[in-house]
Amino acid sequence: MFDLTRFTGHDMKIGEKLTEFNWGLLFLITLVSCIGFAMLYSVADGSFSPWAMRQMIRFAAGVVIMIGVALIDIRLWMRAAYPMYVVALMLVAAVDIVGFKGMGAQRWLDLGFIQLQPSEVMKVALLLALARYFHGLALDEVSRIRNLIVPLLLVVVPVGLVVKQPDLGTAILLTISGGTIFFAAGLAWRYFIIGGLAVLGAIPVIWDRLHDYQRNRVFTFLDPERDPLGAGYHILQSKIALGSGGLFGKGFMAGSQAHLNFLPEKQTDFIFTMLGEELGFVGGLFLLTLYCLTLIVAFNTALQCRNQFGRLLAIGVAVSFFFYVFINTAMVMGLLPVVGVPLPLVSYGGTAMLSLMFAFGLLQSCHIHRNLEIGRN
Amino acid sequence: MAIDRRDTSRYKTFTRRAIILGGAQAGAFLVLGARMYYLQISKSDEYRMLSEENRINVRLIAPLRGRIVDRYGTVLASNRQNYRAVMISEQTPDVQETLNRLARIVEITADEQKKILRDVARAPRFIPVTVTENLTWEQFAQININEPDLPGLQPDVGETRYYPFSTQLAHMVGYVTPVYQRDIDKSPDEPLLRLPGFRVGKSGLEQTYDTVLRGQAGASHVEVNAYGRVIRELSKDNGKPGAEVVLTIDMEVQKYACERLEGESASAVVMDIHSGEVIACVSTPAFDPNQFNTGYGVAAYKALIDNPYLPLTNKSQAGLYPPGSTFKMITSIAALRKGINPRETVHCNGKYALGNHLFHCWKKGGHGSVNMHEAIKHSCDIYFYEMAKRTGIDEIAKAASEFGLGQTYDFEVPGEKPGIVPTREWKRAATGESWQQGETLISGIGQGFLLTSPLQLCVMMSRIANGGMAVKPRLTRAIGGELVPMPPAPMIDVDPAFLKVVQDGMNGVSNEPGGTAFRSRITEAGFELAGKTGSAQVRRISMAERDGGVRKNEALAWRLRDHALFVCFAPVDKPQYALSVVIEHGGSGSGAAAPVARDIMLKVLKRNLVREQASLHPTDLPSHEGHSHAPHSTVEQG
Repeated sequence: MFDLTRFTGHDMKIGEKLTEFNWGLLFLITLVSCIGFAMLYSVADGSFSPWAMRQMIRFAAGVVIMIGVALIDIRLWMRAAYPMYVVALMLVAAVDIVGFKGMGAQRWLDLGFIQLQPSEVMKVALLLALARYFHGLALDEVSRIRNLIVPLLLVVVPVGLVVKQPDLGTAILLTISGGTIFFAAGLAWRYFIIGGLAVLGAIPVIWDRLHDYQRNRVFTFLDPERDPLGAGYHILQSKIALGSGGLFGKGFMAGSQAHLNFLPEKQTDFIFTMLGEELGFVGGLFLLTLYCLTLIVAFNTALQCRNQFGRLLAIGVAVSFFFYVFINTAMVMGLLPVVGVPLPLVSYGGTAMLSLMFAFGLLQSCHIHRNLEIGRN
Repeated sequence: MAIDRRDTSRYKTFTRRAIILGGAQAGAFLVLGARMYYLQISKSDEYRMLSEENRINVRLIAPLRGRIVDRYGTVLASNRQNYRAVMISEQTPDVQETLNRLARIVEITADEQKKILRDVARAPRFIPVTVTENLTWEQFAQININEPDLPGLQPDVGETRYYPFSTQLAHMVGYVTPVYQRDIDKSPDEPLLRLPGFRVGKSGLEQTYDTVLRGQAGASHVEVNAYGRVIRELSKDNGKPGAEVVLTIDMEVQKYACERLEGESASAVVMDIHSGEVIACVSTPAFDPNQFNTGYGVAAYKALIDNPYLPLTNKSQAGLYPPGSTFKMITSIAALRKGINPRETVHCNGKYALGNHLFHCWKKGGHGSVNMHEAIKHSCDIYFYEMAKRTGIDEIAKAASEFGLGQTYDFEVPGEKPGIVPTREWKRAATGESWQQGETLISGIGQGFLLTSPLQLCVMMSRIANGGMAVKPRLTRAIGGELVPMPPAPMIDVDPAFLKVVQDGMNGVSNEPGGTAFRSRITEAGFELAGKTGSAQVRRISMAERDGGVRKNEALAWRLRDHALFVCFAPVDKPQYALSVVIEHGGSGSGAAAPVARDIMLKVLKRNLVREQASLHPTDLPSHEGHSHAPHSTVEQG
């Protein structure tokens, strides 16, 4: 047995915290991001502008944010959970009012100095709020219906707003993140079965409310060859790019699909395709392995946590991260319909990178304060 | 500090569920890995191919169309640079403004402008669109100088078919036109036909040798991006330019004959009697083949169609005329074969009775007693009525066919017409009536059903002059540097002595006083020709008119005048060339056709000196002399 009291106090020194900081995780994240920089460099035909350099700056800022967030006491985060959620919710709602359209969807909020994507903020805030809520419930209280009203609202309200924007990808991710916390908190299986059935039943209703382009994506997913020059074009070209990469790829900066613009959105959603084309099966598998290792580290943190808030937050961050990776890669491989989900740490995008680093900061905070026991109240 | 009991349970549940989540994720990663393996390893070759197809675009390069030259290399059809201007719309902020500025240099009609704007709107922004072409050098230079003020406009040089002699060889060489849908339907596998601006041969030799002249398409393999913009050229194959076609034509003679026949609706054919090589082949008036390149203007084309002289018809092979007296050689040969003694005389008093029909000689009052030589010389109709009656239509028709009438020769220029050599069977099939003896008589003087083309008359003349060798007309000496093989011509089964009688008779026509063409003889020693006049009647002369005196041709409307014909060979002592001239409604053979024929033949013979020198020249194409000498000696033996 080691001395627990050493960690139960609220006054861990900065030095101690830095010692407990999971440097391995930062290393993995940096490695993944570097692959991203390389791909962005390649997309720009061997140039740091316009993407690679800015992405590197954001990553550097992200690392600072991550360390900053990590060093803040986990109990502070617990206290800040609800207020942050409220702010995020207002931001999301604000987009509907003052946000401007980007790519046919209202997603951005111009704060003057930065174009903020409130849905990204919401992803983190939702995890915090739900973890905070379930932290306060004993196991046998979790499955009581009256205790589920609040967390359900926490999920449904932002999801509804995001769907209206419309940003189906984020809505799905928010739902999944929320569901993960419900699941990890120990919600009885029957709710998941009921929920699953409810989703199945709601499909016709949802289908009715989908935009044409969203429906087309589903049709296209079911049969990409249906319209190879139209809606099926992206996914077909993506498969061609991946497939033609072969075992070792066409070589760095030598992907014809990507460089001749057959590949759409290659600096964002389809960046994994480009990697697959240029670096082949080996390169793609290497990146997936790095993601796996990152997840293992994150799960390890979650399992080591001695407080429920940290556990739920850590696993929420980990599983959300996993779904980002999975939805994006499965999409570019033609396993899922096209949804606008970037590849975490690799795709070009400022808010996504910063909010992800923020989330990893929270994970690190869970890790640093993993031995801290926090009462339910 | 003790751990809360409830928290232990929460922890246990959490751990269990985390393991479930972790396991599900591991499963998901396996699925991703498997999918990647499927795409990148199993199906890699397939996708690699698709990727290459994406990337590489094959662009056809039109080969240079082969030239057509005369026997001395004079260019008859070539490719001329076509100065034009193209618009690349992405390089100009305002297409309309650029066009307005261009309109100060080149006239652009409102319709043209509409078409240009439509083309520009349709094409991708980086694809050049032809705005104006066939510019003069001055206009082209102005566009070049003003390029900075004409954003988006680029001066460009393309290739256009060019016929330097315009109308003078139009029917032989033919013309090219833009590709129509039916051309593509005919050969759907020829990618060149789909190239914008490509031309196909539609008439004459351009049509016959279209595929030879066309050459083989080159290809440029270019890497393109998703929008079709060319990134770089990967490989280039310029293709094979079309083969050069060398004709037997001597353009100097052709030109001269054209000038000599200008203003008439006429035709003339000159052949080498031993080889069948066509030295000149004229049909006037003609059209300008250059104009078909861009499409004949509606008004200009209508003028061609409406012209009573039929400029679009190649009269040398598609114009059919009664041979008239030029047919009398055939009647003579048939009669001689029948055993008639050429010295036997027939008395001509200007009339010839058969049953209750009366046949007339062209000379009122008659020629008196004439033998065959004199009959040919004076073109006595009565003599040939008698000979025809004695010989019969079957023998006459046989001789006519053997000497080349009533048939086609697979001549290289499309559009030959066979004409008519009437026989009993032919008449029965054509009219359902049986043959009348009177028809034999008028056939004997080349009238009646007989129809011949100038080309056929020239072939007939050649076969008589060369001692009975059945030569066929030929127009090409060499294609792509290879001589066109000349199969030996078969000999006609005819006694050379009979041909000698006919040749002597024709010598009488031209070179003995009293001959019908004596006034149009060649007086230069060594160049003398032997000919035969012909005046083909195109109307029926009534008895009443005959009594009151047959009207002079000059008194008749153009359409009713006789066709003037003349056939001849030369030099008379060592025949080398045959010539036929037909002037539609020219009046009489002796008056209209013979002088023209004399001048053309003299030109041919003078040029012959050049030809002989040229064929001795080592750099010239191998000549056909070897072929032409053997039959020559046959003639001398006969």
